[in-house]
Amino acid sequence: MSEGFKLEIVNPESSFLLKEKVSEVVVPAFEGDMGILKDHISIISFLKPGLVKIFEGSNEETYYVDDGIVEFKNNCLSILTSNIFDIKKIDKNVIRDILTKAEQDTKKKDISDQSKYLIDQKIEVLKNLTLN
Amino acid sequence: MASLDDLKKRISSVKSTQKITKAMKMVAASKLRRAQESAEKGRPYSDKMNNIILNLSNSISDKENSPKLLAGSGEDKVHLCIVMTSDRGLCGGFNTNIIKKAKSYFQKILDAGKILKIITVGSKGYDQLKRTYKENIIEKISFKESKNVNYFDADKVGKIIIDKFEKKEFDVCAIFYNEFKNVITQIPQEQQIIPLKASESEGSSTEDNYEFEPEEDEILSNLLPKNISTQIFKAMLENSASEQGSRMSAMDNATRNAGEMVDKLTIQYNRSRQAAITKELIEIISGAESL
Repeated sequence: MSEGFKLEIVNPESSFLLKEKVSEVVVPAFEGDMGILKDHISIISFLKPGLVKIFEGSNEETYYVDDGIVEFKNNCLSILTSNIFDIKKIDKNVIRDILTKAEQDTKKKDISDQSKYLIDQKIEVLKNLTLN
Repeated sequence: MASLDDLKKRISSVKSTQKITKAMKMVAASKLRRAQESAEKGRPYSDKMNNIILNLSNSISDKENSPKLLAGSGEDKVHLCIVMTSDRGLCGGFNTNIIKKAKSYFQKILDAGKILKIITVGSKGYDQLKRTYKENIIEKISFKESKNVNYFDADKVGKIIIDKFEKKEFDVCAIFYNEFKNVITQIPQEQQIIPLKASESEGSSTEDNYEFEPEEDEILSNLLPKNISTQIFKAMLENSASEQGSRMSAMDNATRNAGEMVDKLTIQYNRSRQAAITKELIEIISGAESL
């Protein structure tokens, strides 16, 4: 079990992150957080706004994603997302900007339940980020 | 015949044009490098997306009830064409090639008695199409303000398309763009995005048994709208690389032609100067002889 699996995060602009051997990845799947270890069954799922945690040996990295799709196959995990950033490197003001925008979105009347749920999730995660 | 002064002016004007085209070529070359890079970087995303959708659609058992974006509306009456061109001119045959491709497709549709709707992305396409197809153009979009191609612009276009599809304003949607092959070759492409055509049938083994969370249908209905934006984004990236490539080779040609023209004009200038001198000499000599 010492060997890890391959992780690839791509966003539309470029290949965001590529790691050959990670031991565990926790992704905010639509129906709850999901931890993925080596030799997981092939799976496709999509993400809600939340934090992606990557464990590589004793290292831990955390990224925020807006949305995305995960595919795990043959010990290779691909995450496709349109908006991702490292929470350590991001400016707090940027987070606040996204947060205020999300809060404005909830006030719109014509949004579906599902998108409301997603925006609420987003606000919750972002609020926690600004507190830290 | 033009006087010496006129020729002189002409030469200096061609020279300054040459300077401009040379500068434009340099600018296009440096922009091209960046555009090419981002086009290549953007490919994995759209490829992966395509793969996942392929896997998903293969594993869907109930094809009848699959999302409309995949299966289509069941009719083939109204065609929506997204024509993607540049916002700036002076880029050789770049825009004309797309328009030519699009026009032949339009003709086919109109001949078959179907309804045609057009959305133009980029102002040059609108300028070229408005003469013939003015009443078919339902929307024109232009991203003159954004410096670089970005996903949010593509997403905007994608949302417009999906919105119109949900309102049942069209049945089939195709996009037109230039695929970037290399600096001198750009291939105008026609790609159908609604209903989705499985582009690669060979693809990697699609037999894998996936676990889906949530159900396939739900993933698909979330994924397909995204895929449309992604395809548009890909087309935009390819387009911007093609535009710069096309502009670079066009400007290279223009610079070379200007050089040739300067050479020709200089020879002409020297000849007429020589002729004027000879004429003056003859006048002096014949004047002296007559004395």
